Amino acid sequence: MTRFSSPSQKQSAQESARDLSLPNGTPVETSSPASSSSLLNRLQLDDDLDGETRDLFVTVEDPKKHVSTMETYITYKVATKTTRVEFDLPEYSVRRRYQDFDWLRTKLEDTQPTHLIPPLPEKFVMKGVVDRFSEEFVETRRKALDKFMKRVADHPVLSFNEHFNAFLSAKDLDKRRGLALLSKMGESVKYVTGGYKLRSRPVEFSAMGDYLDMFTQKLGTIDRIAQRIIKEQSEYQVELREYGPVYTTWALSEAELQEPLEGVASCVANCSNALDELTQDMSEDFLPVLREYVLYIDSMKIVLKKRDNIQAEYETKLEAAAFRKEERASAT
Amino acid sequence: MMADSGPEEIAVIGNTDLTSAELENNIKNTMVEIEKWTSLLRKMEISVGEAEKRTGKNTVNMQEIYTVYLIETRPVDAVTEGIIPAPDSLWRRYSEFELLRNYLLVTYPFVVVAPLPEKRAEIVWHKLSADNMDPDFVERRRVALENFLLRIASHPVLCNDKIFYIFLTEEKGWKEMVYETGFQAKADSRLKAMNAAFRVKNPDKRFTELKHYSDELQTVVSQLLRVRARVADRLYGVYKVHGNYGRVFSEWSAIEKEMGDGLQSAGHHMDAYAASVDDILEEEEHYADQLKEYLFYTEALRAVCRKHELTQFELEMAAQDLTSKKQQKEELVTGTVRTFSLKGMTSKLFGQETAEQREAKLQVLEQQIEEGEEAVKEKNTESDEFVKTAWVDIERFKDQKDRDLKEALISYAIMQISRCKKGIQVWTNAKECFNKM
Repeated sequence: MTRFSSPSQKQSAQESARDLSLPNGTPVETSSPASSSSLLNRLQLDDDLDGETRDLFVTVEDPKKHVSTMETYITYKVATKTTRVEFDLPEYSVRRRYQDFDWLRTKLEDTQPTHLIPPLPEKFVMKGVVDRFSEEFVETRRKALDKFMKRVADHPVLSFNEHFNAFLSAKDLDKRRGLALLSKMGESVKYVTGGYKLRSRPVEFSAMGDYLDMFTQKLGTIDRIAQRIIKEQSEYQVELREYGPVYTTWALSEAELQEPLEGVASCVANCSNALDELTQDMSEDFLPVLREYVLYIDSMKIVLKKRDNIQAEYETKLEAAAFRKEERASAT
Repeated sequence: MMADSGPEEIAVIGNTDLTSAELENNIKNTMVEIEKWTSLLRKMEISVGEAEKRTGKNTVNMQEIYTVYLIETRPVDAVTEGIIPAPDSLWRRYSEFELLRNYLLVTYPFVVVAPLPEKRAEIVWHKLSADNMDPDFVERRRVALENFLLRIASHPVLCNDKIFYIFLTEEKGWKEMVYETGFQAKADSRLKAMNAAFRVKNPDKRFTELKHYSDELQTVVSQLLRVRARVADRLYGVYKVHGNYGRVFSEWSAIEKEMGDGLQSAGHHMDAYAASVDDILEEEEHYADQLKEYLFYTEALRAVCRKHELTQFELEMAAQDLTSKKQQKEELVTGTVRTFSLKGMTSKLFGQETAEQREAKLQVLEQQIEEGEEAVKEKNTESDEFVKTAWVDIERFKDQKDRDLKEALISYAIMQISRCKKGIQVWTNAKECFNKM
């Protein structure tokens, strides 16, 4: 089973406590009130569940197309098996659509602000460029959703979240969500558009921010290069498919050379098929991982932004308090 | 003019355990050996060593720059005795090669004469220049010209030609010698005949089939060369884009601690991969050149077929002429008019001729018939000779073609295997770098 390593450096619990340094080697001072070590800790995925018995298993499977008067969409079966007391039943099977996963993720972000929430696959796809209902697309999405659910289920804190529980068990999720839609808007706006001015950002968070910016950029470049390679390979493929048959045509006019020429033709065909496989594997196995990490980094950047905002709020309140103290002092 | 080897000279292979196929193969190999042995190459080594640029005035008295090629010859004996004397050498330009070839075409119309490399670079993939002055083009042309000379020198008939020998050994005065042979007149009439439209009633079926084959071969090889060039273009693109990985890995390694070294090394492998395609594709051009030679050979094949048609046509014309003359004589003798002639009509209208007039006419006709019969006999012999000698050379050509193209395909396959092996190596190395990260 393939395991996906943590997006940041793999550090053992002991190391992170005493010797803090950034991925590029700069040592870091833990001077700020919000301990950076604990934040970095939480940036790790807990892969320490090797060998431990799990009591919560979730799978995302069986995509189905639904056609209603308003829209067409895909739902996925979310199957749960658990022995946890937090759940009423030992097994659940519910149908969820992408919107529901998105809701869950937002709820997790809101209620667990100090935790890094695993990413979801891309929400928006350009209509006309990608077929949202093609087998390939649906399968890629299902895999990513399955990964997401497993990561949350394996997380020692996130898996106990009440919204996660509701997602897995509720017959009618819409009722539970209700007004959550509105609040979701408000909160995300707050976190994204906050334009507070910071006095000074602790060095380790600036460095982390810079690193993430560069890292995202590099990943983006690699993604683009890989896509370009796929494109060039496809064009190469087009020519190859025309090339082989010419040898076959030639073989028809020849006697002694017939066999060798047909040999070449079949070799070219084999190479063509192998290239097809290669291109497919790149699309299915390589690119999604890259994209996932880009999404991870986006999450991390949001976390850093939240931290900035909290710091800004804190500073603002300090200023206000200091100001009122002065006022009171001058009033007496 | 015939080579001094004959079937009698083939060594009898005493081992009767060989299968008939093996026996045939042995005979073929021996014949190749004999061919080499009796050819000019037995006596001298020939090579086209270098190329240089010259300036001069052309036929319309304008300055031009052209390339000359150094032809070096050395007697084989000298080398085998342990002494290696300096080769004799002279310079020739492309137009002189053309003149030589035209001379050979005209003088030995029953021979499939090896083609010259193309005058201008065509059907190349985009990275290669189509400029005649480009050093790579000149180099490839040098190789092709050498190949041309070796082909002529190893041909059982052509290798004995004096003009060819002097082309290789005496720089000055060669052109004049060629013209002195009166080949120009022959060349002109040949050109006229090639372009004339005539219908042959009874061509030798083998030549008709051969013409058909040469058309097919020309079509398919042209197409192959075009598609191959496009494939090469695309492959180039794939390799070069991988070079971008090299750059981004290098940049990325700068912001990483533990992964830095691995990324940097992997990046170098990607750079190497991207750079390797230039040599790979240049080597492949050799394969394209081999195909091109046979593409151009189809023209020579067609020329021989055409010559057969011409000789056959002339024979048929002579025979037709003879038949008509005989008929006229018969009519004159029997007094019946079967064929329409103005004389016949006028005599009908204006009265019979006198006995003397008839006698005179008869004599003329009999003379013409005699001459006609000679002509037909001559043309018949000519045609038979031509068919015989041409077909020997065509069989020789077919064997040569099969051998050469088989070899070309094999070395092409080897090139592909080598390219893929190199690719596997690069990715294995890169994977190791990633594993170590």
